Amino acid sequence: MEGLFFYSLASILLLVSFVKSRSKTKIGLKKAWKAFENILPQLLVVLLIVGLMLSVLNAALISKLVGKDSGIIGILLAAVFGSITMIPPFVAFPTAAALLTSGAGYAQIAVFVSTLMMVGVVTLPLEIKYFGAKTAISRNVLAFLFSFVVAGIIGLVVY
Amino acid sequence: MKKTVKRYRGFLILFVIMIVFTMINYEIGMKAFGISANSFKEVLFLVPPIFVILGLLDVWVPREFMVKYMGEGSGIRGVIISFLLGSAAAGPLYGAFPVAAVFMKKGVSFSNILIFIGAWSTTKIPMFLFEVSSLGPKFAFTRLLINIPGIIIIALILKRFVTKYERKEIYLNAENVDS
Repeated sequence: MEGLFFYSLASILLLVSFVKSRSKTKIGLKKAWKAFENILPQLLVVLLIVGLMLSVLNAALISKLVGKDSGIIGILLAAVFGSITMIPPFVAFPTAAALLTSGAGYAQIAVFVSTLMMVGVVTLPLEIKYFGAKTAISRNVLAFLFSFVVAGIIGLVVY
Repeated sequence: MKKTVKRYRGFLILFVIMIVFTMINYEIGMKAFGISANSFKEVLFLVPPIFVILGLLDVWVPREFMVKYMGEGSGIRGVIISFLLGSAAAGPLYGAFPVAAVFMKKGVSFSNILIFIGAWSTTKIPMFLFEVSSLGPKFAFTRLLINIPGIIIIALILKRFVTKYERKEIYLNAENVDS
């Protein structure tokens, strides 16, 4: 669905660009390819790590570790899980919902969802490539800490 | 050739490790390869149009235009535009980095780029709708309301933390990503 939107947009822009200037379009496409090829090595590494990680972790194991009564330790574990894993959202949200019904706590799930989206240990090498080590690491650390604020507030509000 | 091998060294090493792993535990190894292949298909499906749009953006949109709307001194309007652009995005966070590089080339301010990255990471509109339906409106809206100030605060802290010189280096580096 999202893919379709971007393909349509890219096609329309490409067509308009081509009609307006063939040479500029060619330069644009060349830039597009170079930018893509530039991150391809790191991207492939990320994809392999994702495969390895998801094949070992599963929902049952996670819910055992971050249950309602797991307290602070559970919240910490959930934060670490969220930071190091890369699960596509269309898998992550239903999993989180399932974990909630099978006894995970709201704060634990909130910190998991938040770190999952904002913190990326696996993609850190890519981020460093664009932003340098200091900015990339600081952003991830700040997002990690911020996720506990999110968990605290959600724990208060949603209960 | 030698250069290519060197660039893909990490990938090749990991690939060999996964093959060895599969020989030890066939089931989990095959599952890992399956998931990797699936994610790769996803990337191939989502990423090419993003890069094509970026390439065209780079060629057609004049720097002055981006500076005016998202550069230093673009004020609250720049913040809102960065937020909306990040939230309208699709795909995983690593898709945001090349976009950020083109923004740097076009003179978008550092804080607006950080806001864009923050919005892309966690306030994406399609994801939000999905979050509402799976975790409930109370959960999703609370998270959104905390995230908006959170993203801005993180951007401001980072901006303070990174020196002018370091910022210059980052922008200089962005000039070279497609050359």
